Amino acid sequence: MTDDLVIRLRGVVKRFGDITAVDGLDLDVPHATCVGLLGPNGAGKSTTMKMLTAQAIADEGAIEVLGFTVPDDSKQARALMGVVPQLDNLDVELTARQNLAVFARLYRVPGAERREAVDRALEIAKLTDRADTPCDKLSGGMRRRLLIARALVHTPRLLLLDEPTVGLDPQIRQELWSLIDALRSEGTSILMSTHYIEEAERLADTVAIMHEGKIISRGKPADLVREHAGVQTHEVYGPPARLAEVRAEAEASGHRVRRTGTAVAILAAEGANGTLPEGITRAASLEDVFVLLTGEMVE
Amino acid sequence: MRRSRRLHRLEPSAVAGVMSRDITNFKSFWKTTTFSSIVDPTIYLLAFGLGFGALVSTVNGIDYLYFVGTGMVATAVLFSSVFSAMYGVFIKHRFQHTYDAILAAPVDVEELATAEVLWIGIRAGVYGMAPLVVAILFGLDPSWGMLVVPFIGAVTALGFAALGVFAAASVSKIDHFNYIQTALITPLFLISGTFFPIDELPHGFVIASNLNPLYHCVELVRHAVVFGFETVDLWHATFLIAFAVASWRLAIWRLEKRLID
Repeated sequence: MTDDLVIRLRGVVKRFGDITAVDGLDLDVPHATCVGLLGPNGAGKSTTMKMLTAQAIADEGAIEVLGFTVPDDSKQARALMGVVPQLDNLDVELTARQNLAVFARLYRVPGAERREAVDRALEIAKLTDRADTPCDKLSGGMRRRLLIARALVHTPRLLLLDEPTVGLDPQIRQELWSLIDALRSEGTSILMSTHYIEEAERLADTVAIMHEGKIISRGKPADLVREHAGVQTHEVYGPPARLAEVRAEAEASGHRVRRTGTAVAILAAEGANGTLPEGITRAASLEDVFVLLTGEMVE
Repeated sequence: MRRSRRLHRLEPSAVAGVMSRDITNFKSFWKTTTFSSIVDPTIYLLAFGLGFGALVSTVNGIDYLYFVGTGMVATAVLFSSVFSAMYGVFIKHRFQHTYDAILAAPVDVEELATAEVLWIGIRAGVYGMAPLVVAILFGLDPSWGMLVVPFIGAVTALGFAALGVFAAASVSKIDHFNYIQTALITPLFLISGTFFPIDELPHGFVIASNLNPLYHCVELVRHAVVFGFETVDLWHATFLIAFAVASWRLAIWRLEKRLID
């Protein structure tokens, strides 16, 4: 085992009947970094997350989490990691403090330290003054923060975030990003699955793009952009017939091209020497890479 | 490295952790549970004891009211265990996703199922005393044997709670519980010897009732409270313990299939 990897997956396969959800997955999460597992819905991200806690058992391959073999020694690994689920599963009738206290116990925080651990988690969630409010009286953003704090109550070495901001208002999303960013800068290792490109771009040191159960590309967001999409992207707007024409011309002159819904985007536009049709030139983005590699449209 | 603490199967701290969640939640609904567990037997005792008791004064040598009062311990235990487990586990799994969070912590399905069964079993054992308390108010003499009743109730309830967990992990839709309730629970409840003695029934029923855990519970409770224990109670107790152990293992097996992909 390599000591500086907190997660190591090799050749992991998971099938559900005829469907292969995860198809020979290799994935590394180095210590004290945030890895973003970016992929469209159905890419196998959630299944991967579930296999890391042994809530799904791989059909093939090897999984190591924090040095422990999963699923055999998964329980030891789970004691040292925190999981923030995609779906809110707080106990709604319990207060914020009670929710945290229950999980402090489940995560084996010794009795004498539990109160302090709960207070600290409340502070992380900025819910100290709402500690005794029942969960169903908390706002959506507060509940999400509490969900994250619940995964941190035992000061885990590894945090799994499964689509941490899915379905939230932009404002709440920003707020959670700063919370996650703070954790990362404090040295918590994080694996985060997401289908929001901006989220991966903002938070992840390394992005692994997942598609149909495999990692199809990985690297620092900026490196991925440079490698696959170049420096600049030139977007041309127009009616569908015009877009088809632009596309054909650009491809003929050797450019990679992608649809963006209402426009055609010509990648690596910096090498075009002024031969491009009229349009808008912007910096290449991770979204360009994502669409190019997965063939999926962005939400 | 990091092998400082080897974690085993069925660790008490994991089971206690899950139970502490149950207990914390129970603080928010204990009043309604207590209300129905006191008022239910009161209504039954009034209806059967006074209504039916006007026609039959004694059964098996005891006042009919006390016959029903002791018999109803089993009913109370059954209803507060099997239904809590069925609906509670189904809702926590399917609608609240509570188990996803618990299983992400260092808790295995075996510990989770054991904790749920233990908590419901203990609770139902305690609440199974309610009909006796009501019967005392109706004139049943308190006896030392009553102190054994919560234990009889708890062992019975463990089996039925585990059966409820098994059912919850087996059905795909919540209204499928209707099948279990009608086809299994109602007959068990009616041929348990709670409201009328089993030995008056045709021979087939007598044999069938020996397979009914509730019947064994009713017999044990009546002996504990009114008649005193006899050798046959060893058979009743053995049956209940075997039922609890078998249902517990079945519940774990089924819940594991349901919760782990």
